[in-house]
Order: sequence, then structure tokens, then C-alpha cells
Amino acid sequence: MQTLQNKSKVISLKKFETNNLFKKIFPYLGVVPFALLAIIFLIWPTLVVVYGSFQNLEGGYGFGSLIEVATNEKYLNGFKVSIQLASYSAIAGSILGGLFSWAIARGNREGYFRRLVLAASGVFAQFGGVMLTFAFLATFGFNGMLTILANSFFGENILTDASWLYSLLGLVVVYTFFQIPLMLIVFLPAIENLKPEWREASESLGGSNINYWFRIGAPILAPSFIGALLLLFANAFSAYATAAALISQGAPIVPLQISFAISGEVSRTNPGISKALAVGMILIIVLVMFGYFKLQSKVSKWVKS
Amino acid sequence: MGQIMSKLSKTDVWRWIIISFVGAYLLIPIFAMLEFSTRGAPGERSAEAWVAIPTFPKLLSSIFSSLQLAVVVIFAVVFILVPTMIWIHLRLPHLRRIMELICLLPLTIPAIVIVVGIAPTYRAIYQIFGSSPLTLSFVYFILVLPYSYRSISASLFSIDTHTLSEASRSLGASTIRMISGIIVPNIKVGIMSGAVISIALVLGEFTISNLLNFETMQVVINLLGKRDAATSVAVSLAALVFAFILLAILPTSNRSRSSKLKSNKKTEVMYK
Repeated sequence: MQTLQNKSKVISLKKFETNNLFKKIFPYLGVVPFALLAIIFLIWPTLVVVYGSFQNLEGGYGFGSLIEVATNEKYLNGFKVSIQLASYSAIAGSILGGLFSWAIARGNREGYFRRLVLAASGVFAQFGGVMLTFAFLATFGFNGMLTILANSFFGENILTDASWLYSLLGLVVVYTFFQIPLMLIVFLPAIENLKPEWREASESLGGSNINYWFRIGAPILAPSFIGALLLLFANAFSAYATAAALISQGAPIVPLQISFAISGEVSRTNPGISKALAVGMILIIVLVMFGYFKLQSKVSKWVKS
Repeated sequence: MGQIMSKLSKTDVWRWIIISFVGAYLLIPIFAMLEFSTRGAPGERSAEAWVAIPTFPKLLSSIFSSLQLAVVVIFAVVFILVPTMIWIHLRLPHLRRIMELICLLPLTIPAIVIVVGIAPTYRAIYQIFGSSPLTLSFVYFILVLPYSYRSISASLFSIDTHTLSEASRSLGASTIRMISGIIVPNIKVGIMSGAVISIALVLGEFTISNLLNFETMQVVINLLGKRDAATSVAVSLAALVFAFILLAILPTSNRSRSSKLKSNKKTEVMYK
């Protein structure tokens, strides 16, 4: 609307055309520094990845690398394990984090406890990676606190062989640690939006607690919950640092395969592979985040009306 | 009455069962870090690992680099992102959507993918700026965009920017003065919470610095973990506690401070 008006102004005031043109361009100068940074360090690298995925071993261009990634058993398995890890940890994180959000929402909203929990969640959700790995090695590793404790109480037991920590189950347990706080940050606002009047209305009509949750609470929260689940999936799917610090041999998940491919490029392997794997990751995450933003807009429309 | 009481306490019981279970999940590993880093001779506690922290010069310099990086990134957020967002909000509203898209884009592009695409760019940066870890601030600025953007835009939409900017202009303030003196103080809370998350993110970042061969805190802690596990666990715990204290002290939610923000707004407008 505004641009239309501007255009008609330009046409009607042909005399001052140059002056007007300057006036039109001038405001855009304000966004130049930001635009430059975004182009050089975000847009350009993304294009490099997409463009590079069409690179072949011989230096030519084609679908070689993409086909290699889409057909090679090794890479397909990487995507399979990555998707499993992201799904399991997202499901565990959203259920535990969702219940935790409910428990926090029932408490005092101005209290110190809530504030402490939110601050801790902010830190825990960001501090994945190396430190998280150390925390779990200190807990469940061969010399971990709980491993030693369990050994001294029960002798040989399921925790004694700490190698489970390096398996898919171990990764899910470690990843869930940063999924729970992220769920709290994303889901707490939705749960706090449930109006007490709705519960009162349901109770005054003779509805039980179970009725309330199944017929009112769950349908209202469903889009927010599924949206949060998708966000958690994307979060775990793209995580690299935790797995890199925990797993020193082999590359069971895609981010590790990418880092292996990068270091392999020095020794003259196919430079397109890392980019083709990266394109695969982007495709899956874009798909998931598209669903997330769709649900988000549904939620915000619902809240407004 | 008795029925209501029992119902209430039943909810409370469930509440505390959930809080203690999830709390145990999150806090036991943290406690285990403390326990692990203070192990001495069998049956004894020792602060040896903590005392050893300053004896690793590489560790200290990497902590220093990471703190410097956090400061530079916050400066970039305050002096580049914030003015751009305000400018677009006031003068170029039709760019709002594309700005939002760019700022949220890093959420859909994993750090490991950014590394793949940005490696050639960093080879050029190495030629121009040298090998200082501070050059990571460029890419870290991109990484913190989604989080900073969200908290700042929430603040920006919660105040009446147009009335404020018109009022300041009618009183003869320049554009720079209007942004720095009127708008910024009113969205302080959003900027602060964005800054705090940025600190946590920069101090915890490992993927990009490790694969681009920069020695940031996380990279050195990871290397140290292979030689001296106890000390690396001690440093990790210290960094966690540091970030936690920052987040707990500084205001992070707009809602709890909104009443204060409103009164601030009034006084701010009156005195400027």
C-alpha cells in the first residue's frame, strides 16, 4: 500500500525525480551493515553448500555426490540413526518437559522457584556439547558417581558396563537432558495461557478432572505440543558437539559423518560428499520447521481470537 | 470441603513427584560433576583439580578468548542488530518479514552445515584479519540472531514506538538521539535477555570453533578432558555456574518486569 503511494508520488513529481530517488534509497542505507553480515556469513555459506553438493570427485559438476549420499548404505544408516535419535529424545523430552511445565505452571508465578527453574533451563538448553558429555561421564561413565554407587550396593549390575552410554540409548539419555529445558522454555507460555475460567466452566457443568484434560486441555494444547515436539526434533537432529565429545570411534549420525567428510577432504576424497550430506540435513530440518511455523501461526491466531 | 482438600493435595503430590523426578534427571549429573572433580584419595575429598585450573595457561587464554568473543558479539547485537531492527520497524516496515526470515534462518541451518559452507570464507578472513579466535565473532553474531531477534522484537512490539519517535522528533531530537535516548532504554529488557542468551551460546559453542581450528574455551576443555578429566570437569562446572548466575540475576522475562517497564517508560519520556 505504502509503496504504491510512493510510486504515484514519484510519477507525479517528475521534476524532483532525482531528489525523490535519493529520498527513497536513503532509508535503505541504514540496513546495509546488517545486510552485508547476513549475506557474507549466512546466505553465501548456504549457497556454497547447495552449489557444492553438485560437485563430483573429478572436479566436474553433476548429481554424483547427491546420488552417492542417497544410495550408499553407510550414509543412509547415518540418516536413519540421526532420525531415530532425534525422534526418541524429542518424544522423551517433550513428555518429561511437558509434565514439568505443568508442574511449574501450577506454582507461584512471581516466586523465586519459578525464576530459578527458568534461569537454569536457559543455561541447560544452551549448554549441550562438551560439558554435558562430561557431566554424564561423571555420572554414568566407568568411574562415574552412580556407577560406583550402584556397584558398591548391588555388586555387578546393569550400570557396571558403562559402554551403554556410547550406544543409541546413551545418546538418547544424554540428549534428553537438553531437550527437557528447551521444552519448558517453549511450552510453559502455552500452558500458562490456559484460562482458569475454562476449568471453572467445565467443573460447573459437572466435568471431572479427566474430562477437563481430555476435552478442553488436550485439544487446546495439541498444536503447541506438536509444534514444540518438532522444534525439539530439529534441535536434536542438528546437534553435533555432544555426540562428537562422547563418541570417539565411528560416525553413527549425520553431523559426525559431515565432520569426518570435511577432514577427509584434505586427503583427496570427494569434496561434494560433506555438502550433499549437509543438503540432506537442511531438507529434513526445513520440512520439520515448516510444520513448526505452520502450527505456530495456528496457535497465535487461536490465542488472538 | 474435605473433598476439595484431598483433590488439591492429590494434584500437589503429582506436582512434586514430577518436579523431583525431572529435577533429579537434571541435577544429578551436575552434582556428579562436583563429586567427580573433588575426588581425592579413596574416601577423601580434594580440591586438587580446582586448584590446577590456573596451571594450564592454554585453558586460561581460551577462557579469556571466549569471554572476549561474548563481549564482541553483544556489542554487535547492540550496535548493529538493534539499530537495524528499530530502523526497519520505524522506516521500512515492508522489510520486517524478510528481516524476520533472515534472523530465524540459522534455526534451520545447523552449525555443522554452516561450518561446511563458511570454511572458504574463513580462509579469506584468515588472510585479512589473521588467526585470532576473535574473528569467530562474525559467525557467532549469525548464530545468536534467532534468540536476540525474538527477545528484542517482543520488546519492540510491546511499546508504542511511533508515538515515541514522533514525540522525540517534534522536540527536535536527531534520529540517532531518538534511537539511543528514547527507543533503546524502552526495550532494554529485551536487549538484556537477548544478550544473556548470547553469552550462554558463545561460551558453550563447540562445533564451529572446533572444526575451524580455533581454540575457544570448549575446544580446549575437550582436549584437556583427554589428559586431565577432573580439571576439565571442574572448569565445565565453573562455566555452567557462571552462566546460571548471569541468567538468574539479569531480567529475562518481559512479563514479570512489564509493570516496571511501563513506569520506566513514563519517566523516560518525561525526562528525555
